[in-house]
Amino acid sequence: MKFTLSWLKDYLETDASLDDIVATLTHIGLEVDTVDDPGAKLKAFTVAEVIRAEQHPNADRLRVCEVETGKGRVQVVCGAPNARSGMKAVFAPSGEYIPGIDLTLKAAKIRGVDSKGMLLSEREVGISDEHEGIIELPADSPVGEPFAQVSGLDDPVIDIELTPNRPDCTGIRGIARDLAAAGLGTLKPFTDGEAVPGSFDSPRRWAIANDGNACHYVVGRYFRDVRNGPSPDWMQRRLRAVGLRPISALVDITNYVTMALGRPLHVFDAKKLDGAELTMRYARDGEEILALDGKTYRLGPTMTVIADPKGVHGIGGIMGGELTGCTETTTDVFLECALFDADSVARTGRTLNLLSDARYRFERGVDPLSADWGADVAARLIQQLCGGEASHPVNAGKMPDGTDTVSLRPNRVRALGGVDVPVDRQIGILEALGFTVTKRNGQSLQFKTPTWRPDLHGEADLVEEIVRIYGIDKVEPVSLDRATALPTPAINLAQRRASQVRRALAAQGLNEAVTWSFMAGQQADLFGGVPESLRLANPISADLDTMRPSVLPNLIAAAGRNADRGSGDAGLFELGPQYRDDTPTGQDRVAAGVRSGASPVHWADKTRPVDTYQAKADALAGLAAAGTPVDKLQTTADAPRWYHPGRSGVLRLGPNVLAHFGEIHPSILRSYSLRGPVVAFEIMLDNVPQPKSKATARPGLELSPYQAVHRDFAFVVPGPVTSDDIVRAAKTADKALISGVTVFDVYAGKGIEDGKKSVAITVTLQPTETTLTDAQIDAVGKKVVAAVERRTDGVLRG
Amino acid sequence: MELPDLDKLQADLLQTIENAPDLDALEAARVAALGRKGQLTQSMKSLGGLAPDDRKQAGQALNQAKERITQAIEARRTVLDAAALEEKLLTEAIDVTLPAAPRPDGRIHPVSQTMDECIAIFGEMGFTVAEGPDIEDDFHNFTALNIAEEHPARQMMDTFYLPERADGSRMVLRTHTSPVQIRTMKSQEPPIRIIAPGRTYRCDYDATHTPMFHQIEALVVDEVTHLGHLKGCIIDFLRAFFDIPDLPVRFRPSHFPFTEPSMEVDIGCSRKGAELHIGAGDDWLEIMGSGMVHPKVLEHGGIDPARYQGFAFGLGIDRIAMLKYGIPDLRTFFEADLRWLKHYGFVPLAVPSMTSGL
Repeated sequence: MKFTLSWLKDYLETDASLDDIVATLTHIGLEVDTVDDPGAKLKAFTVAEVIRAEQHPNADRLRVCEVETGKGRVQVVCGAPNARSGMKAVFAPSGEYIPGIDLTLKAAKIRGVDSKGMLLSEREVGISDEHEGIIELPADSPVGEPFAQVSGLDDPVIDIELTPNRPDCTGIRGIARDLAAAGLGTLKPFTDGEAVPGSFDSPRRWAIANDGNACHYVVGRYFRDVRNGPSPDWMQRRLRAVGLRPISALVDITNYVTMALGRPLHVFDAKKLDGAELTMRYARDGEEILALDGKTYRLGPTMTVIADPKGVHGIGGIMGGELTGCTETTTDVFLECALFDADSVARTGRTLNLLSDARYRFERGVDPLSADWGADVAARLIQQLCGGEASHPVNAGKMPDGTDTVSLRPNRVRALGGVDVPVDRQIGILEALGFTVTKRNGQSLQFKTPTWRPDLHGEADLVEEIVRIYGIDKVEPVSLDRATALPTPAINLAQRRASQVRRALAAQGLNEAVTWSFMAGQQADLFGGVPESLRLANPISADLDTMRPSVLPNLIAAAGRNADRGSGDAGLFELGPQYRDDTPTGQDRVAAGVRSGASPVHWADKTRPVDTYQAKADALAGLAAAGTPVDKLQTTADAPRWYHPGRSGVLRLGPNVLAHFGEIHPSILRSYSLRGPVVAFEIMLDNVPQPKSKATARPGLELSPYQAVHRDFAFVVPGPVTSDDIVRAAKTADKALISGVTVFDVYAGKGIEDGKKSVAITVTLQPTETTLTDAQIDAVGKKVVAAVERRTDGVLRG
Repeated sequence: MELPDLDKLQADLLQTIENAPDLDALEAARVAALGRKGQLTQSMKSLGGLAPDDRKQAGQALNQAKERITQAIEARRTVLDAAALEEKLLTEAIDVTLPAAPRPDGRIHPVSQTMDECIAIFGEMGFTVAEGPDIEDDFHNFTALNIAEEHPARQMMDTFYLPERADGSRMVLRTHTSPVQIRTMKSQEPPIRIIAPGRTYRCDYDATHTPMFHQIEALVVDEVTHLGHLKGCIIDFLRAFFDIPDLPVRFRPSHFPFTEPSMEVDIGCSRKGAELHIGAGDDWLEIMGSGMVHPKVLEHGGIDPARYQGFAFGLGIDRIAMLKYGIPDLRTFFEADLRWLKHYGFVPLAVPSMTSGL
């Protein structure tokens, strides 16, 4: 919402400085976005008198002027055809910057004659494109005074960012009222709205169809024998300053009233209307209107329009029609000053994608009383600027009340607002804002809210008004007291586990990424897909149209982008949501990661391509950090189909799947244009079991004083036998004595029968009662061999 | 038989030992002195020929000499051993400028780090972390927060919608973390003191907006908390977070449908060209929205507004991370560019805490 300082002062009696006004606006919630002081840009230019203008001795088109600047006489060479003795002009001395020609003036000789300054055209000054000649100021312009001030071009423009709850401040007078309430001056009496008598009955009437349309009330007046020329300079200047293009007096008046008072108006060229009645009604499906913005809008049956028997001439509360608009030749005018339902205007405007100054105000809520006084304000201006005669007002419908009754317990200002404001001051603030006290009893006051504040309904609203005007800076900050002497944990177990997993995975050398929660639907299908309910209705792009069913795909894509940038050896993880359905429980917390390329280059070691066992290690590190009993995990080879079917696995506790790991399926990599291998893991954090008790004590540590013994065995087993089968079999040989079994070599090839492999294990025997004898050790060894051979169909390798 | 001049002999032997250039020479000196045919050994053998008194005296002198020589040999051997080892080690020299063996070196994303910092600060003030789903219904995201269907505030939010259901309703991607306020109030009795960090979504993508970003919400509900507490809490938080004890904080009246009174919060800053410096300066930077919870919002949360009141605020995690860590472009947060992650990320052991520092 833009306005100029002088325009504000039409309504506010104040001697406050611009700086004070700007600071106060922000202070009371009317946040100042920018302040543009056009006078500042013109401050080098002053009024000067051309004492003498003579022909240049060496150039036909130039004149040598003697100029009185108020600070002495200066000789200026000027090429303008209208430069002549006795005129008042705009002068810039040498050394000043001329915006219109982007040049800093220098004293110079022009064709042999000294020139120490310049007489300026409008284009040179930078206020228009006019360059026919130099600016000619009125003869009584005071020499030496700033040009901007003399010409009324020094009016600062203030732009405030208006919050949607303040329709009253969509008019400059509303802003003045707020400033007055804040003590920055006095709100001037509103005389513009006094009744303007009519002299005849309007030949046109208003009607509101009984179809439930958005118009509550409408006032009209007929003006005859008007002349619609350009509006006066002062009006044009103000409209331009707030970003509006002057069109003609009649149209400018409606825009001026909209800006000044937040009261949208429309003027019809009455001679272009048909019939005696103009009707507010719902549009018929398919009706069209060529609007004042030059575009044709197709209307629907929920949109309120202004129509005569022949057609639609306005979209209620949004924009008038081009065909019945006022032009230079208009002599008879019919005025529309209406009240529309805010929600309905908002819906229609949104459907048509049509923004206008009228819609901006109606969808926030226009003061109902303005329907009556708005017509008078318009009548006064039309008569002033266009002459003619005004009819008696006509109207239809019923003006809504627009007020509410709200109670305030003055002690609530302290209790909620945290500041003591004397009761008299509370009442004073509310009265200055337009409230009236309707009842006082004991600890409670009752107020009627002003018609221009549809946003105020409850006690909290009144507390806000009081604190806002009194000053939020007067509220003393109070630090929060904690309920307990010492802080208690801020996060629960699941959050703590997530945090630990995040840091554990980074400690594995993976870099944490945050990628979109959405992805391309086509690729989502490769990762299990999603129900239709997870496809966005209005995605930002086709690449991001589906809620991700897995955290992995965006990481794989990221690995691809990094590879394209030359970082082919990537390690990335993300801890975030993935989605099963659109219910509040359809979202899972997952930690997923990818590794691509090879191990880091080091001069002493060969680099190795990333492999499944790294992904498995990552998954296990994450699971351990999440509190999983990793020694109890089983590994199975049934990972989902986005993994390589032969090089992937699942970590589980019985039926409970905790993680997947493995190489990403080559066909998936192809769809991301990635060269493999890429290995990945997904940890389903929500599936990690909760500890059974909150006990912090660990089980007792039993340390045997007897030395452990290690024995190695190698078995030749059929290819499909897993190392897990062998380890489990070995462990069963003597559960009391065997404390560990580890695989230290796997070999297939020369010396081993086709389809078989050699798996070597180390078995650790830990005696607890006495040192083992060779015989005891041999006996256990025989049991290990027997157990493995029996369970795996293998033989001890000779 | 006459004994040799013991003093001279000892001096000669010590001289030889001291001058032994290497272990072999030292061994030769030892044999010459103490070997079976060594000079001292020979002298010991000749003691038998002396008178008993002389024998005792000479024996003592000889034993002392032997002791000294032995010590001298050991001392010299230590020196020569060390020198020999040193010489051997020099032949084993390697190029120590070669690169070290690679170690895992992952980083934590600035969003996670910043969230943890916020949790550390608010945790100290007695807040706990609450969560809610990213996919919300209309009630929790809008209606319960007093955002009416046609209110311009609702239209200003560029909401992502999921497909219309059979009953005409549409789920949305939450446009803010505020729905967690409602979920918390519905599941918890006052006093309530929670923060809710998380992902939020708006249908907007340009230099300063991404379709997904992060917010942290705070909600306090009890019988006594007023606007002064809101100011105190926010000032304490901002000063701790930016680690600027005198950071100017300004509160400006504003409007949000879910709070009444509502305030925007600015922090002091100064700008030099494109460079922004947080702290006391000549300018202000808008950083968050805040206010006292609107009575209607309390009602929607199942809390009696006649008895309870409180405050709420929300701020952009990505944004405060950008400000604190000098990250120029929001869009880069979500690109997973390794160079960026390495540069702006945090080592995993740097866990923020108020006792060890943020």
